[in-house]
This record gives sequence, structure tokens and C-alpha cells, in this order.
Amino acid sequence: MSSWYWWMVLGMAIVTYIPRAIPLTFLEGRELPEAVQNVLRNIPYAVLGALIFPAVFFIQENIWFGVIGAVAAFGIAITGANVMIVVLGSIAALAIFSGFL
Amino acid sequence: MNGREFSAGLKAGTSIAIGYFPIALTFGLLAKTTGLSLLEATAMSIFVFAGASQYIALSLITAGVAPIVIVLNTFVVNIRHFLMTAALNEKMAPDDRWKKALYAFGITDETFSVLATQKNQKITTGFAVGVITISYGSWVVFTSVGHLIGANLPQFLQAAMSIALYAMFIGLLVPSMHGNRKVVSLAVIAGAINSLFYFTGWLSTGWAIMVSTLASAIFIEWISRKGVKRS
Repeated sequence: MSSWYWWMVLGMAIVTYIPRAIPLTFLEGRELPEAVQNVLRNIPYAVLGALIFPAVFFIQENIWFGVIGAVAAFGIAITGANVMIVVLGSIAALAIFSGFL
Repeated sequence: MNGREFSAGLKAGTSIAIGYFPIALTFGLLAKTTGLSLLEATAMSIFVFAGASQYIALSLITAGVAPIVIVLNTFVVNIRHFLMTAALNEKMAPDDRWKKALYAFGITDETFSVLATQKNQKITTGFAVGVITISYGSWVVFTSVGHLIGANLPQFLQAAMSIALYAMFIGLLVPSMHGNRKVVSLAVIAGAINSLFYFTGWLSTGWAIMVSTLASAIFIEWISRKGVKRS
């Protein structure tokens, strides 16, 4: 690759950093209106919903990978297990599942 | 910076590091087949640190798309982080602006999720830096490893590992859902709206996640306000 590649990486770095940095530095020490604060407090759970669905079902061409993986993760998580156990457990469940294919 | 907070952060970030392993490895591998050198592939992970955008960049490079379009695309995909860091700012302990500007670099979907779902009232800079350090380390190191080994993990293991990050999101969400109807509604509504965008193709992924998150968060806030007024 020639120099355009490095310019592109620089550009990507800048446009990725800006949305990450501006709210954290600009909002520092400012009191937002109560309603805005409440909406912001809701965002973590809403983001998780949007990140999980529907993408989890399409991790492989075979939709059963996503379905079984999601069910396994949900089942392990509901027992109160640590996040790491949820991750490793659902990987193990899919590894076993692919043995049956 | 508090050392104990930092190591607690490292520990909390371990599940991200595991989740990043297969994705970074595959990125390194694909970067090699795209024609990037080891240095170029690793540099993108070092400077950009954004999984989805990096994958998209590879496919656009292969398609011969102009670099400026790739940069614009990256911006659109990452604009959702505006929302996440604004939300995170409410949760972070106050600290010097330059420190916040520094760790802001490491806010991804995954580090955000881990930080935002911590039970403590306020999160310290040390903890955030711990979570980010181990996640970023995994991302960069395994990009290089993927490029170097050039051979795949066994196919079945790769397929199984593609669940890792989603399993982590589920593992973070479920404990908060327990006995909390508001959290359940927030996640379900956002997931439903995002599914609508996914199947209709009305919005690209980056915008779809942002719009469905915001819509769900505002809707639930609006509903719960009405509930408070009535009672």
C-alpha cells in the first residue's frame, strides 16, 4: 500500500475519536437537565438490546448457531454466573453443537 | 491513579479480551488477504480501535472505494459513540479533562457496556483505564497474531467463537433485567426497532443502532414520567 493508506488510517482515527471524546470532555462538570440525565441513564440497557438483536441470530449462515448460542448465554446468565462463564459456556455449547452437524 | 481500581478494571475487562480474540484474529487474517502488510494491519488496530469500521474498511479497500469515502463511512458507523460517551459521562467520577480525553479513545461498544453496567455509583478513571487496557491489548496483539499465523483456527472453533461478544452483552444485560421491568422494556424495545431497520434496510447499521437506542430510551422515560404524574 502507498501513502494513501496512512492518510486513510489517520482520517479513520480522527473520526472515530471525535464522537468518543467530545461528550466526555465537553460535558465534564456541566449539569444536564433532569429529563436528559434520565434518558442518558436508560441508554446502556437500550444499547445492549440494539447490539444483541437481531445481529445475534446472524453470526453464522446457519441461524441455529445464533439461536442456540443466545439461548445458552441467556440460560447461563440467568443463574447469576460471571460474564466470563457466560462467554466461555456459550462458546462451549456451540462447539459441541457443531460436532453434531 | 489508584492501583487497586486499575486491577479491578483489568479483571472486569477480561471477558472483552476473550471476546476480541477471534474477531481481532480474523481481522488480521483478512487484512493479510486484502494485501495489507503486518505493520499496516496492526497500525489500523492501534490507531482506530473499532471492530466494525475496520472490517468495513477492508471490504471497501478490496472494492477499490476511494479512501475519503472509507473515512466518511467510518464516521457514520461510529457516530453512535456520541450517545454512549454522553451516557457514560453521567456515570464516571469527575476527573481532569485531559485524563478523560485520554481514556475516551478506548470507548467501544464493549468497553462501554462493561463500564455502564457496573453496579458502583461512580466509576473511577483507574477502573476505566484497566478495562480499556486489557481490551485494547487483546485487540492489537491478536490483530498481529492473526496476520502472522495466516492459517485459520479450526473452522468449528471459529464458528463457535462468533457468539463471544453477543454472549458478553447478554451476560451484562441479564443480571440488570432481573426483577426490573424498565430494563427489560428498554432492551426489548430497542432490539425490536433495530430489527425493523435490519429487515427493511431503511438505515445502515451504525445509524440503526443509534436511532433505536435513542427512541427506546426516550420512550421509556416519557412513559415512566406519565406514570409518576398519575400516581
